[in-house]
Amino acid sequence: MEAWRGFTGRKWKEDVNVREFIQNNYTPYDGDESFLAEPTEATRFLWDKVQALQKEERKRGGVLECETEVVSSLTSYGPGYIDEEHKELEKIVGLQTDKPLKRAFMPYGGIKMAAQAASTYGYNVNENLVKIFTDYHKTHNQAVFDVYTPEMKKVRHNHIITGLPDTYGRGRIVGDYRRVALYGLDFLIKKKEKDLRYCGDRNMSEEHIRLREEIAEQIRALHGMKKMAEIYGYDISRPAETAKEAVQWLYFGYLAAIKTQNGAAMSVGRISTFLDIYIKRDLDEGILTESEAQELIDHLVLKFRLVKFARIPSYNELFSGDPVWVTLEMAGVGMDGRHMVTKNDFRFLHTLENMGPAPEPNLTVLWSSRLPENFKKYAAKISVDTSSIQYENDCVMRPVWGDDYSICCCVSATQTGKEIQFFGARANLAKCLNYAINGGVDLKTREQVGPEIRPITSEYLDYDEVMHKFNIMFSWLVELYVNTLNLIHYMHDKYYYEAAEMALIDTYTRRTFATGIAGFSHVVDSLSAIKYAKVKTIRDEDGFVVDYEVEGDYPHYGNDDERADQIAIWLLKAFMKKVREHHTYRNSEPTTSILTITSNVVYGKATGATPDGRKAFTPFAPGANPAYGAEKNGLLASLNSVAKLPYEYALDGISNTQTISPDALGHNDPERIDNLWHILDGYFDKGAHHLNVNVFGVEKLRDCMEHPEKPEYANFTIRVSGYAVKFIDLTREQQLDVIARTEHKVL
Amino acid sequence: MIKGRIHSTESFGSVDGPGVRFLIFTQGCGMRCKFCHNADTWNRESGTLMTADELIAQALRYRSYWGDKGGITVSGGEPLLQIDFLTELFTLAKENGINTCVDTAGQPFSRREPFFGKFRQLCGLTDLFICDIKHIDPGLHKELTGVKNDNILDMLRFLSDIGKPVWIRQVLVKGFTDDDKYLRKTREFIDELKNVERVEVLPYHTMGAYKWKELGMEYPLEGVEPPDADRIKAAGDILVK
Repeated sequence: MEAWRGFTGRKWKEDVNVREFIQNNYTPYDGDESFLAEPTEATRFLWDKVQALQKEERKRGGVLECETEVVSSLTSYGPGYIDEEHKELEKIVGLQTDKPLKRAFMPYGGIKMAAQAASTYGYNVNENLVKIFTDYHKTHNQAVFDVYTPEMKKVRHNHIITGLPDTYGRGRIVGDYRRVALYGLDFLIKKKEKDLRYCGDRNMSEEHIRLREEIAEQIRALHGMKKMAEIYGYDISRPAETAKEAVQWLYFGYLAAIKTQNGAAMSVGRISTFLDIYIKRDLDEGILTESEAQELIDHLVLKFRLVKFARIPSYNELFSGDPVWVTLEMAGVGMDGRHMVTKNDFRFLHTLENMGPAPEPNLTVLWSSRLPENFKKYAAKISVDTSSIQYENDCVMRPVWGDDYSICCCVSATQTGKEIQFFGARANLAKCLNYAINGGVDLKTREQVGPEIRPITSEYLDYDEVMHKFNIMFSWLVELYVNTLNLIHYMHDKYYYEAAEMALIDTYTRRTFATGIAGFSHVVDSLSAIKYAKVKTIRDEDGFVVDYEVEGDYPHYGNDDERADQIAIWLLKAFMKKVREHHTYRNSEPTTSILTITSNVVYGKATGATPDGRKAFTPFAPGANPAYGAEKNGLLASLNSVAKLPYEYALDGISNTQTISPDALGHNDPERIDNLWHILDGYFDKGAHHLNVNVFGVEKLRDCMEHPEKPEYANFTIRVSGYAVKFIDLTREQQLDVIARTEHKVL
Repeated sequence: MIKGRIHSTESFGSVDGPGVRFLIFTQGCGMRCKFCHNADTWNRESGTLMTADELIAQALRYRSYWGDKGGITVSGGEPLLQIDFLTELFTLAKENGINTCVDTAGQPFSRREPFFGKFRQLCGLTDLFICDIKHIDPGLHKELTGVKNDNILDMLRFLSDIGKPVWIRQVLVKGFTDDDKYLRKTREFIDELKNVERVEVLPYHTMGAYKWKELGMEYPLEGVEPPDADRIKAAGDILVK
C-alpha cells in the first residue's frame, strides 16, 4: 500500500513539514456529535482492567510498583501490555515498562531523587545502580548543585524562587510525534544525517560542537525508536499506511519520549486534526468503520491515561495528584481562515463519555468564536458533564505561534516541531513584596536573603515608599531568577538531553525561556490596598512587619475595576521588562506565565502575611485568579479583569480556573451548555488567554472529601490551575484549598 | 436624567431570563414577604443613586458574553416602584439593542393613571416579564406578603391580553405555599393566560435569613426547612406540567 496515496500538496513531501501536510489534507467538520460510536467490547474490557489497576494503585498509597533493577531506556524492556492474556484486544500497544502503571527508574535527572522516589513507596533501587550514577555518571541534579552560587541556594531554600527543575526533568519539550507516522524513521534519520554532515563546517565554534553532539544523540535515539517498535513487532522505518498505523506510529514517537524523560509536563501535542486525515482516508476507502476509528482513539487515550513517573514527595506537593500533562489540543482556526475542527476532535472528547472522566490526557480546546456552533456545544456539554477539559484562546495565540502550535504544559504554546521551551517554574512576588517591606529578611527563616535595604519603619505604609523599595527588591529577584534558570538549563542540556524529543524537532530550533509569577493577585491587591486604603503594619518584638490591618475599602483585582486591574497590568509588564534586561541561555526568547499549577498552596505556606489581608502562611490564589473572596461582582466581572492582562507580555500563558455551580449556570443542561459556550465566546473575544471550567457544587467536593470510597468519586475529575486531577488524589490540604476557592453562585 | 435607587449589580446571571444576563437589583419594595431572601432591598430610602447611562455603560462591559439571547434583567426590590427610571433605563437599553427583562412581583401595578400609561410604555420596551405569584389565595397572600394580590393577578391578565411573554415563578415554602389545593388553583389561573412561556418552582432556601438578623428583624420562617427533592418534583408536576 502506498503510504501517501490520496494526499495532496508538494512541499511536505520534500521536507519535513507536517503543518503543510495538515493544511493541504484536513477536512473541517461542521456537523454535530451524532456520528460518534459507543465503546467496543475490547475498550470496555481494557478500561475495566485499567480501573482495577488504578484502584489497586491507590490502595498501595499511590504507586503500584517501582522498577529497581533496570535503567529506563528505549529498549530496556520487552513488550508490555495492559493484559498479557488479552493483548490482541489492544489496538494500540506500548508501555513505559513491562507492566501497566509500573514506574520506571529514571536516574539521569538526579540519582538521589530517583532512589528516594522508589524508597518513599517501599522500593529500594539496586545499590550498584545507585553507585554507578553517584560515582561514575554525573546527573543533572548534581551538576546544577555543583555550580549554584551561595545566593542561589539561599533563595531556593527560602522559597522565593522555587519549584525549579533542578530535582526533576524540565519537560515541556514536545516532539513532533506526527512525523513518525507521516515520514517513517528512515526519512527522518536521513534528514538529521544531512543536518549533522554540514553543521559547523568551517566554523567549529563551541556552539556548533555542542549541536553536532546533540544531532548525533538524536540520530541514535531515532535508531533506538525503531528497535523499540520492533520489540512490539512493528517496522516504523517506513511511513504509516493506514489510520491504525498512523496512531500506532505516532504513539511510538511519544512512547520514546516518556521512556527516556520524566519531565514535569510531557505533552503529546496537536495530534487530533492530523490523525483525522488518516482516519478519513480509511473511512472513505471502506477499510475502517466509525466504531473502529473510535476504538483507535479510545485505545490511544487509554495509553495516555497510563503514563506515570516516579516522583518524590516534595514534587507531589508542588504538583498534586500525580499529573503528567499529556496535553493534547484540538480545534483552532487555520491561517487561511478555515476552522480546524474535525470529526476526530469529537472522538477525543467522546473518550470522556466512552471511558468516563479522567485527568489525562489534558484535553485542550483551542477556542475561537469562529468555531462551528455544533462543536462549541459539544465541548461545553463535555465540560458540564465531566469538568475535564480546558480552553485556550486560539485568537491570541495564532498571531504569535501560527496554526500548528501545541500546548507544552498547562497553558504554554510552542510551535510544534519548530520550537522548544526552557521551563522555569516561578518567582514568588508576594514574598518579594514582604522582603521590600522588611529589608530583605525572610519572615519564615529570619535569614537575610534579599539585599539589605533599609526596612520600612512607619506605622502606615506609604505607597511611594513601598513601590520604591519593591522595585529594588523586584529587580534583584528577577536578575537572580534568570541567572539561576540559565544555569539549570545549561546543565539539563548537558546531562539530561531530550534526544528522543529533539530528534522529532527541527535541528535549528527556536527556544523560549519561560519564567513565571506566583502570588500575582496578592501583590496586586496589596498595592491597591496601600494606594487606595490605609494599611497599618503590625510588628513583632524584633520590629519585623508580620501582619497588616487594612482600614477602609479598596478596589480588588477581579471586579472589572480599572484601578486594581491597572496595577495588575503594570505588575505583569514590569516583570517581563525586567526579565528582558538579562541574558537568557542559548539566545532563548524570554516569556513569562501567570500560572502556579497547584504550587499556590506550597508557595503560600512559605510566605508571610501580605498587605491585602492574606494571613501568614496560607495559600495563594492559583495562577492569575483573583484572591479568594475578592470577587464581589460575579463571574463575568472576574473574567473581565483577567482578560485585561495583555497576552503579549505573558506569552507563556495566563491561567484562570473557575468553578461554576450547575444551578448558577442554567436551569437545565441545554441551557447550561448554551450559557457556557457564550461565556467562552465572550471571554475569549475580550482577548483572554485560558480558562479551566469546572461545573459542580461545593457540596459534591465536601462529600467527596469525606467519602472518597464512594464509587461515583473514583473518576471524579476537576480542573485545577492548568491541569485536571482526580479530586481523591489531591492531598487533604489541596482539597480544602479547592473547596475554599470562590464559587460563583446566584443567591 | 432620573436617578434610580440601586441595591447592587451582578455581572453574571443565567437563570433570570434567557441566556447570560447582567442583573440590576433595585432598592425598595412594598411587599414584606415572610420568605424574602433579599430583605435588605426593602427600604426605599437606601441604595446607591445611579443613572441609566451609568448602568448601561456597566452592563455593556459584558455584552460579549450575551450572544443573541442574553441581556439585562432588572430585579429587586421591586423594579416597578421606580417605573420612570426603569423606562429610561430600558429606552437606553433598546437604543443599544439590548434584550430586556423585568423580574417583578407586580405589587405596584394598577390600571389607574398615571401608572397604567407608564406601564404600557414600559411593556413596549420589555422583552420578557418574570412574575412571582406569591400565593393565589387573596387572604393567604395578604398574610404572607402584607399586600393584596388582585392587582398582581390583573397585571398578569393584562400582559396576557397584550401578548407579552411571561415566565411565572412560585416559591415553594413548606406550610405556606405548598398546599396542593392552591398549587392547582395557581395552575388553573396560569391556564387562563396565553403568554406564559415558562413556569418555575423555586424551592425556598435559608440563604437570605442572615440578612433579616443583620437588619435587626426577627426571621419569621425560623426553623422552616427547604423542601426536599420529592416535594419540589410533586409541586412541579402540578404547576409546570
